[in-house]
Amino acid sequence: MSQLKPNAGTLINNTVSDLGLDSDNSVGLTVRRTVAIARNAFREAVRDRVLYNLVIFALLLIAGAIFLGELSAGQEAKIIVDLGLSAMLLFGVFIAIFVGVGLVYKEIERRTLYTILSKPIGRGQFLLGKYLGLCLTLLVNVLIMGLGVSLALVYVRRGWDPMAIKIWPAIFLIYVELMIITGVALLFSSFSSPALSALLTFFVFIIGHFSADLKALSGTTGSASARWLFRSLYYLLPNLSNYSVITAAAHGVVPDGRSLLVATVYAVVYIMVLLAAATLIFSRRNFK
Amino acid sequence: MRTRKYQDDEFDELLQKRLRSKQERSRNPRIKGGAAKWATSHRTPKSMPAIEIENLTKDYDVGFWRKRKVRALDGLSLTVEPGQIFGFLGANGAGKTTTLKVLMRLIFPTGGVARILGRDIGDVSMHARIGYLPENPYFYDYLTAREFLNYCGELFGLDRVTRERRTEELLTRVNLETKGWDRQLRKFSKGMLQRVGLAQALVNDPEIVFLDEPMSGLDPVGRREVRDLIASLRTQGKTVFMCSHILSDIEVLCDSVAILKHGRLAQAGSLEELRAGEAGIVEVIATGADAETLRQQLGSSAIVTTTASGLRIEVADEREVDAVINALRQAHGKLVSVQPVRQSLEELFLE
Ligand SMILES: Nc1ncnc2c1ncn2[C@@H]1O[C@H](COP(=O)(O)OP(=O)(O)OP(=O)(O)O)[C@@H](O)[C@H]1O
Ligand SMILES: [Mg+2]
Repeated sequence: MSQLKPNAGTLINNTVSDLGLDSDNSVGLTVRRTVAIARNAFREAVRDRVLYNLVIFALLLIAGAIFLGELSAGQEAKIIVDLGLSAMLLFGVFIAIFVGVGLVYKEIERRTLYTILSKPIGRGQFLLGKYLGLCLTLLVNVLIMGLGVSLALVYVRRGWDPMAIKIWPAIFLIYVELMIITGVALLFSSFSSPALSALLTFFVFIIGHFSADLKALSGTTGSASARWLFRSLYYLLPNLSNYSVITAAAHGVVPDGRSLLVATVYAVVYIMVLLAAATLIFSRRNFK
Repeated sequence: MRTRKYQDDEFDELLQKRLRSKQERSRNPRIKGGAAKWATSHRTPKSMPAIEIENLTKDYDVGFWRKRKVRALDGLSLTVEPGQIFGFLGANGAGKTTTLKVLMRLIFPTGGVARILGRDIGDVSMHARIGYLPENPYFYDYLTAREFLNYCGELFGLDRVTRERRTEELLTRVNLETKGWDRQLRKFSKGMLQRVGLAQALVNDPEIVFLDEPMSGLDPVGRREVRDLIASLRTQGKTVFMCSHILSDIEVLCDSVAILKHGRLAQAGSLEELRAGEAGIVEVIATGADAETLRQQLGSSAIVTTTASGLRIEVADEREVDAVINALRQAHGKLVSVQPVRQSLEELFLE
């Protein structure tokens, strides 16, 4: 009954109600509510002018396309892809981190959460909705940027170029990576301040790209405790090197289906763990 | 003879019934058709309390390094019957908001249980049947009033048509000017936000409405309108649980009240019950008579004081009013008013 000493039964019950599921609530209703939260989070991002970053991105691409035309013959496509996809990743990470850490924090700080959580919304459901809302924002962002890069390619090649299609698997992987980063930001912000969360998420992003090095370090470094540290970091942090295929894409290499599938499954599992952990922490919080 | 006797009995019974219902109504003059409507139009059985709070305790952790505990609620037990307007009173920091936050599961109690509509407060689906207006409400400032209410409707799983209808209905009902409906909430004044807050608390047509200081930030006209709105909720058969320290509003609106002091229940009951202790004192106001003469005539049973506009005579028992009026007549005074003095809520509050 009370939330004091959860036994197994109430723990399961709590988890079920965290998702807003309940004997009286059909799954369809739960989905509708979660979608409503996600749509509102998207609307917030749009009205907070998050998508304005697209303007800067467009300017960057246009500037790149104009200068490249004069510089390097034959290399334009490669450089456009490199520049475009790198900017896409960086802008995306920027949004994922800075919007991600504020996703829940802002609602607590401004007490907008009070009205929402007093309604038949589970805390996990709320987190999931907010998460999906930011993922939707990132999706729109990435799609528009991807189109921009494709168009820029066609422009610099003065005609159709198969690269305009071949870059999309790489774009997909960038998006999946952004979804992981968003989940990390959400998890950190469920228990620490936005500034600290942003910093920690940024570290995870950087270190995640050196996953292979971590593994190597855990095998070679001298002291046992250091090895243990590197090994646990290797397993704990997301392995983001699977998702950075920008250089390969610039050379026209398309990742094969198997690696795409592995990367996707890995991301789905990792994100589910992140969200479950965030829900576990968030569900125990008092909103004073 | 037999038939006649029978009729008499029946008549008696009818009379008894009338008297009883009259008593009930006089005890509770605003109830009118409300109680009957409640019984038929709601799923809740009449016997089940709308809100039950048992031994609720809440300690806040304060301090960053050395954690201290502040006890905000201390073994609070409370029952609210359905169909009532329940006033939850207490000084600043008494624990009213804390109680509501526990009920809305925004914070978790240190001890105790609470049930709303017979279900544990942790039960998510129960929250579809209640509404909540937080203290100093603040909403998404990037939404317009209409969008916000629509969003709240979505969270309750209402379909589009119902949402649109209820949004317009409620914004009208809380008297928000039509031109404000499509303006972003960041441009709203406090009183306007308070109105939007009231509207969102009613969007799901709840059975119980929890209002944390619904009158705060409202101008006199607004207070009046909100007062009428809350009264109209009762005629609809709803239960209202309102925190406030505006005693005059509580006095006009509430069927029963509870007074909270340092997280503990200090008083609870209907307003009449709480004031029953002081019944009997009657105040007579008069002019044109000499205070000294009256004092001599009435002796120690009455307290006579002179006021700016005349005399004030207070007697401890209503049976002595006759004597006072006689004395007044003899002294050629003019009677202005006779009224029972009841302990005001304020005195109870300060006690
Ligand atoms: N977040 C918090 N952290 C620590 N103590 C708190 C917190 N919120 C409230 N308190 C304490 O709990 C007690 C009750 O506070 P509460 O807000 O419930 O009072 P209230 O009756 O609503 O007062 P008011 O009429 O001013 O709104 C107070 O002593 C207050 O100091
Ligand atoms: Mg309060």
